Amino acid sequence: MTTPLSLARRGFSALALATIMALPAAAADIRIGLQEDPDILDPHEARTFVGRIVFNALCDKLIDTDEKLEFVPRLATSWTISDAGKTVTFKLRAGVTFHDGTPFDAAAVKANIERAQTSKTSRRKSEIKSVTAVEVIDPTTVAFKLSAPDAPLLAQLSDRAGMMLSPASFDKPVGAKPICSGPYKFVERVQNDRIVLERFAEHWEKEKYSFDKVIFRTIPDSTVRLANLRSGQLDMLERLAASDVSGAKSDTGLKVVSVVGLGYQGISININNGARADTPLGKDKRVRQALSLAIDREALNQVVFEGLFEPTIQPFPSSSPYYDKGFPPPKRDIAKAKALLKEAGVPTFSFEMQVANSPVDQQVAQVIQAMVAEAGIDIKLRSSEFATMLKSQTAGDFQATRVGWSGRVDPDGNLHQFVTTGGGINDTKFSNPIVDKELNASRLVYDVAARKAHFDAAAKVLREELPLVYLYLPAWIWALSNKVDGFVPNPDGMIRLAGVKLK
Amino acid sequence: MHMWSLILRRLVVAIPTLFLVMVFVFILQRMLPGDPLLVMAGEERDPEVLESLRKLYGFDRSIVVQFVVWLREIATGNFGVSLRTGTPVTELIRQTLPVTMQLAVASLIIALVIGIPMGVLSAVKKGTWLDYVASAISLSGLSIPNFWLGIILILFVSVNLRWLPASGFVSVFVDPVEAFRTTIMPAFVLGSGLAATLMRHTRSAMLEVLRLDYIRTARAKGLLEPAVVFRHALRNALVPIVTLSTLLFGQLLAGAVLTEQVFTIPGFGKLIVDAVFNRDYGVVQGVVLCTAIAFILMNLVADVLYILINPRLRTA
Repeated sequence: MTTPLSLARRGFSALALATIMALPAAAADIRIGLQEDPDILDPHEARTFVGRIVFNALCDKLIDTDEKLEFVPRLATSWTISDAGKTVTFKLRAGVTFHDGTPFDAAAVKANIERAQTSKTSRRKSEIKSVTAVEVIDPTTVAFKLSAPDAPLLAQLSDRAGMMLSPASFDKPVGAKPICSGPYKFVERVQNDRIVLERFAEHWEKEKYSFDKVIFRTIPDSTVRLANLRSGQLDMLERLAASDVSGAKSDTGLKVVSVVGLGYQGISININNGARADTPLGKDKRVRQALSLAIDREALNQVVFEGLFEPTIQPFPSSSPYYDKGFPPPKRDIAKAKALLKEAGVPTFSFEMQVANSPVDQQVAQVIQAMVAEAGIDIKLRSSEFATMLKSQTAGDFQATRVGWSGRVDPDGNLHQFVTTGGGINDTKFSNPIVDKELNASRLVYDVAARKAHFDAAAKVLREELPLVYLYLPAWIWALSNKVDGFVPNPDGMIRLAGVKLK
Repeated sequence: MHMWSLILRRLVVAIPTLFLVMVFVFILQRMLPGDPLLVMAGEERDPEVLESLRKLYGFDRSIVVQFVVWLREIATGNFGVSLRTGTPVTELIRQTLPVTMQLAVASLIIALVIGIPMGVLSAVKKGTWLDYVASAISLSGLSIPNFWLGIILILFVSVNLRWLPASGFVSVFVDPVEAFRTTIMPAFVLGSGLAATLMRHTRSAMLEVLRLDYIRTARAKGLLEPAVVFRHALRNALVPIVTLSTLLFGQLLAGAVLTEQVFTIPGFGKLIVDAVFNRDYGVVQGVVLCTAIAFILMNLVADVLYILINPRLRTA
C-alpha cells in the first residue's frame, strides 16, 4: 500500500522538477493586473473603466490628455475652432494604417463618428450629440459641424468617442476582435481571465512602444493582485487598495506610485425623487449642511485611506483649473451642526443611507455614522449589492446613498448630468434655475476663465443646497515591479505604455 | 440489460427535471432586484439608450414571452450571448468548463488519495493515536476556509518560496508541466476539504462493515488482515463513498468559486457568480442549464458505478 508519506515525497520531487523546468516570461512582454474584467471591447459600446485602460494600448484616439490634463495630438495633429464655436476642424496625421491595413483618413473619422451616433447599441450618442455633421475636406482634414458651441466635446474626443476603428471591420463583430490603429493589436481574450495584445509593427509611433506582447489579467482582489506582482506573475497592477500600500512599500522589489484622480466620492441625498424624499434631510438644506459639517473629512482619509486621498467639498480635483481655491474642505464643526439642526427643528433625527457591500464602502459608511452621531444624527446603514443599489437609486427608493463617480477630464462630466433638471444621472431630482442656467451656459464657452465663472456661480448654490455632499477624491494607486521603467501616472487613472520599458 | 433500461429510464425522467430547472432559473433571476441594463450601463446611464437597448434585448416584453423565446432558442441550440461582453454563452462554457473539469478532477484525485486511505487507517486502528491524529487532520481540513488556505499557500509557496505561480491556468493538454504547476495548489485547497469529508465517511462505513458477520467469517477462515480489510470490507464500504464522490464532483463544478477567485482561475464557478452580480441573464441561464445536465449525468454515472461495484445490484 502506498503510504501518504511516500506520496508526499514523490509529489515534492515532481514539484521541485517542475520548478526547475519553469521558464520566466519573455522579457519583452508586460503583464498588467486589472481589478475588473473589461466589458465589450468596442469603444462605441464599452462602459467600464478597465476597458478604457485596454483601449489605451489597443486604439488610437484623435487627441489625448497628458498628466497636466492638457490636450495633446494623437491621430489629429492640430485643431482649430471657428464659426463662433460651431465648427471644430482637425488636421489628421498622414500615413497611419489600421491593424488590418486599411488606411486612416478623414473618411474613416466620418465613418466612426457616424457609427457612434447611429449604431443601435452605441453608448457614445449623448457624448457627441452636438455634432450635426462630419465633413471630409481632404484626406487629412475633417470638420465637425456642431449645433451649438460644445466645450466638453474635445474631452469626449480624447476618450472612447474619439477612438478610431477600421471602417472595414464595422460589418464584423467588432467587440470580439476590435481592429483599431493603436500601438498594440488584439490577439485573444478569455473572459474573466486575460486579454492579450501584440506589437503592431506599422504603428506611426512604434519606437515609443517596447513590448512584444501586452497581457492584461483580471484579478479582482487587491491582496491577491499584489501577491501575484510579488511572486512575479505580474509586472504592474492598477488600483492597489490603500490598505495594501504599506505591505507593497515594504517589498524592496516593488515601487508604488499614486496620483489624485478626477473622480469624487460623496453622499447623494434624495431631494425630490418620490415619497422617500420626504425627510428632514431631503426637505431642509440646513439639515444637509449640518450633516456635511459633522463629518471630519481629513480623519476619514487618515483612518480608511492612509491619508492618500484628497478630502474635498467640490466635484473637481485640486489639479483641475476649475477647482475653486477659496473653498478648501472646512474643519469639522459639531457645535454649528447642532445649531443648524436646532434651527431646522430637528435636534435629533434619523435617516437611512444605502451603501455598497464592499469592505471599504462599509468602513467609510461606519466612520461617517460614528462621526455624525455626535451631532445627533442617526444614520441607519442599508448595505446592498451594487445592482440592487443602482436600481433603488434610480427608482427613488432611497433617502441617501453613498455614491461615487469615476471622474471625467472635462468638469462638465463631473457635474452637469447630476444636478441639472432632467440630467441623465440626476437621481436626487434636484432642480434649481440658477444651477441649470449657469451649467448650461458653461457648455457654450471654450475659454477656461469664462467657463470657470459659470461653474463658480453654480457651485455657490450647490454649496448651500447640498444635493450631493462631497467627501473625498480617491487617488489612483499603482504598484510596479522595480524592473518597470518610464510609467507616468495620469489623473485619469489610465495606463499609457508609451516610453514604458522593462529593465 | 438491466443497466440499459436504467439509463433509459433516467434520461426520460431528466426531461421534466430540466424543464423545471429552466423555469426556476428564469423566474428566480428576474425576481432579484436590479436591472441588467442599469448594471451594464454602470456610470453612464443615458435613459434614451437604456430604453432602446431594453427593446433590442426584449426585456420590455412579458416574462412569459421572454421565457418562450428563450425555450425556442435553446431548442435550436442557441444559448444566447453575454450581455456584458457580447460573447456567445456556448463559447463561455467551452472556455470555462474544461478549466473547472481539470481542477475538479485533480481535486477529487487528491481527495480520494488522501481521504480513503486515511479513513481505512483510522477505522482499522480505531481508538489508537493514529485514529485521533487522522480525525484531528480531517477536522482541520473541514474547518479551514478555502479562501484563507489559498491565500496562505500563495503567500508562502508563491511569494516567499517562489516555487509555484500564484495564479493562472494552463490546460493539461497544452503543457502538462505548467498545468501541474498551476493546478496543484488550488486542487490541494479544494481537495483537502473534500478529503476530510471522504475520510469521515470512509471511516464510518468501514467501521460498520468490519462489525458484520462475514468479516468475522473471513478472519475465521484464516485470511490475512490486508485481504480482509481491502478485498472484503473496503469493497462493500465503497458503495456510499462512490455516491458521495459523484455528488462532490458535481458540487466542485459550480462550487469552486472562492478557490477560483483566489487563484484567478477562469472557471465555471467564477463565470456564474460574475454573471449573477452583473445580472447577465443569458449567461446565468445557460450556465445553470449546463450544470443541471452535468448533475443528472453524474448521478447516472453513480448508479452505473454502483452496479459495477456491487454484484448484488446486477440481478435486482
